[in-house]
Amino acid sequence: MTHGQGSGESLTAEEAAELSPEEAMIVGAEADGIYIVHRRERFPIAGTKAERRAERTIATVFLIGFLAAVAFIVVFCGAVPFEWRLPGAGNQNYRYFTPLIGSLLGLSLACIGIGVVLWAKWLLPEEEAVQDRHDGASDMTEQILGAGTLVSGFSDLGVARRSMLKTTLALAGGALGVVPLVALVGAMIKKPNRGPGQSLFHTPFGPGVPLVYADGRRVSPNDLQPGGIATVFPGVEGGTKDADSPTLLIRLRPGQAVKARKGQADFGWGDYVAFSKICTHAGCPASLFEQKTGRLLCPCHQSQFDVLQDAKPVFGPATRSLPKLPLTVELVDGQQYFTARGDYPEATGPSFWERP
Amino acid sequence: MTTIDSADSRRPADGPTGPTVRGPKRFDKPRTPQGKAARWAEDRLGIAGGLRKQLNKVFPDHWSFMMGEIALYSFIILILSGTFLTFFFDASMAEVRYDGSYVPLDGVEMSRAYASTLNISFDVRGGLVMRQIHHWAALLFMAAMLIHMFRVFFTGAFRKPRELNWLIGLGLITLGLVEGFAGYSLPDDLLSGTGLRIAAAIMQSIPVIGSWAEFLVFGGKFPGTEIIGRLYIVHVLLVPGILAGLIGAHMALLIKQKHTEFPGPGKTEHTVSGERMYPTYGMKAGGFFFIVFAVCAALGGLAQINPVWLFGPYNPAQVSSGSQPDWYIGFLDGSTRLFPSWEIRLFDHTIPPLFWPTLVLPGILFTLAGAYPFLEAKFTRDRSAHNLLQRPRDVPVRTGLGVMAITFYSVLLLSGGNDLIAKAFDLSLNAMTWAGRISLLVLPPLAYAVTYKICLGLQRHDREVLEHGIETGIIKLLPNGEFIEIHQPLGPVDDHGHGQLGYAGVPVPKKMNQLGARGGGIRGFFYPVREKADIQAELDALAAQEALQERHRERELTD
Repeated sequence: MTHGQGSGESLTAEEAAELSPEEAMIVGAEADGIYIVHRRERFPIAGTKAERRAERTIATVFLIGFLAAVAFIVVFCGAVPFEWRLPGAGNQNYRYFTPLIGSLLGLSLACIGIGVVLWAKWLLPEEEAVQDRHDGASDMTEQILGAGTLVSGFSDLGVARRSMLKTTLALAGGALGVVPLVALVGAMIKKPNRGPGQSLFHTPFGPGVPLVYADGRRVSPNDLQPGGIATVFPGVEGGTKDADSPTLLIRLRPGQAVKARKGQADFGWGDYVAFSKICTHAGCPASLFEQKTGRLLCPCHQSQFDVLQDAKPVFGPATRSLPKLPLTVELVDGQQYFTARGDYPEATGPSFWERP
Repeated sequence: MTTIDSADSRRPADGPTGPTVRGPKRFDKPRTPQGKAARWAEDRLGIAGGLRKQLNKVFPDHWSFMMGEIALYSFIILILSGTFLTFFFDASMAEVRYDGSYVPLDGVEMSRAYASTLNISFDVRGGLVMRQIHHWAALLFMAAMLIHMFRVFFTGAFRKPRELNWLIGLGLITLGLVEGFAGYSLPDDLLSGTGLRIAAAIMQSIPVIGSWAEFLVFGGKFPGTEIIGRLYIVHVLLVPGILAGLIGAHMALLIKQKHTEFPGPGKTEHTVSGERMYPTYGMKAGGFFFIVFAVCAALGGLAQINPVWLFGPYNPAQVSSGSQPDWYIGFLDGSTRLFPSWEIRLFDHTIPPLFWPTLVLPGILFTLAGAYPFLEAKFTRDRSAHNLLQRPRDVPVRTGLGVMAITFYSVLLLSGGNDLIAKAFDLSLNAMTWAGRISLLVLPPLAYAVTYKICLGLQRHDREVLEHGIETGIIKLLPNGEFIEIHQPLGPVDDHGHGQLGYAGVPVPKKMNQLGARGGGIRGFFYPVREKADIQAELDALAAQEALQERHRERELTD
């Protein structure tokens, strides 16, 4: 059978029954190749002052654990309120609820843990045991017998002779193996860029689409001070939810001018320009604007765009400029409001394979 | 074909129903409740022998072996606290108007996922503490696994026969990353939504299939309405299931192969020494579970983590500065920040710069880590099995490579927070980025060289002490006026006064105190820990008492 057939297996039951539990433990351990090379009581004389002190200390720790658990239950069940209140509006003691139950739970757990560890370290017999590893490969006879079993089973199957069965089963199994993948991917797959609001190339902006704030109000050229910015959206159904549409409307300071890209010189309106707010790197909103230098920073990976150079990336991992939205203004009831003259001329947001 | 005797001919004479005398009555028909329970179990399971072997299993004790334990225990804590959270969390992206007790967000439109997270934080009794325990335990789980991996690496515990467990461990860390990311994305707050947006951009960046991958995972264009529900089942069933299975395999291999241990007196490749599982080691390990849980509970109560109510619901048009992921994702954030803006455009197609630092780099890192045991065996031509650990200084190349890898990782991790560092120390953000880029290339080789040298220096010092003895600090004036320092040899010396002990892969004492020159220190916090002398005195007293009684008895007999 296995290694380590020690004296334990050769004892009769009657002989084994004569052993004390400790002797039986030692004999049993040796039967498994575990030798207790050193074993001694921590307190050879029972009931000494030192032993009682150790026991008392551990008992005190357990007692504190008990009290902490009881206190937890009391606090949890209503001794301290937990409902959140505005500052200055009613009982503010809820602030103590979470810290209290956390520390009481921690204290109770810690006391049990520390007590148990101390019990093991202070009171259990000092012991050093050595166990044979018997690791690595089995002995050679075992290996040969095992190999024989595998080979014999394999030849019973006759896989080597019955190549037709092998091939057809491999075909069937291989095809069936692909089925779960097909089922999962086939169920989940969606053709990109198909359906309303699903295009990576286009946003809901288009000719005449009004620019609106997140709450749906229309954007007027009178809304911003020079140097001011606003986040605006296409004023269509679902336009404020579309992840690639958020647009940064910037009113330049006097004396600032944007060096426009080729063919986009007329995209601005007066001292207003509008760029996609979605960083061309990883899609975070590039929303930290420094008026003086005209720089936009994306806080996720610190790409920096120079608005005055037509939102060209000047630092960090972004490669492409922020796309620019062509703007115009229409008059409604004598009030000027911004509308888009068309969609962005290129895809907004992070790059992807199909993008030229 | 050989025939085999029918089973009946082998049945014992008295048959299974006949009366059996199995041994002494005390064991056969126990009277005590414990005895009866043991008999009941034994008659059905027959486990006395197997159980005995497992109860007696020997565990070596070393503080560095506790890292893996911490990881295991935090996984258990994660399952316990996570189960609590599932009772209240609603993984839906349907829009609702918030009307819970956190007044500042009253009436704000948000997903049910975010609303239910607020509900857990403010309206479920003890919900906040559970959420925070869960989050802290997750951070601890990842940290403990990583440090456990360092321990295994630097001591060579991954060598044959334990390469499989190294790979399983690496799989656990990888899945831990996925599990953690999925978990902190669930609340659908501004921070986690920003993380998901970046994840979507990363998927988009894959050449050829990028947009297909994004549309598949998100069920359409980001953000869609599916992702939270999908992440939820990944987070609470799929990945934890695989994690539990892998942890089981990790443990099973550990039990089969037994622990490694550091070399030392009486330690051999063919034995393992320490304390038996039952009762001592089991008690210590069980107690330690409670201590780890206690730390998580205290952190969960006292240290705020991920206050999602301050971030607000996710909105693709908003972001907050200082948007940092959980620490274990930080190295990927750092690599993304440092990677230059190199976009490849070929034949009207694009490979975005995002692809390299977020998918290719971790792919290379994890592949290298997985291949390391096999590469080392190949280069050192060491094909033998090892159960005794090595001191890091004794394997300078491996230690150097390890420190090099940690340096590389640390630069990435720090760069993941370079905006916070720039803000705290009033530095230029661009300078931080450039410092990160340069450090990433320069520091790792430098770390390798320095580590290698330090290892050699430590090795030489060990040999020097073995040869010349410990520096005692005692200066002696020779008759010719020369001053020399007296060295205490560690063992027998030859004619030249050189020690004859060889290096055995164990720490060499380098101070007189380590030889007990101080006369043995007093240990203990409030009371001195009992020293061996005390025990001996007690034993002596006991022996004397017994001898006295013996003499009395003898006298009685002779009288």
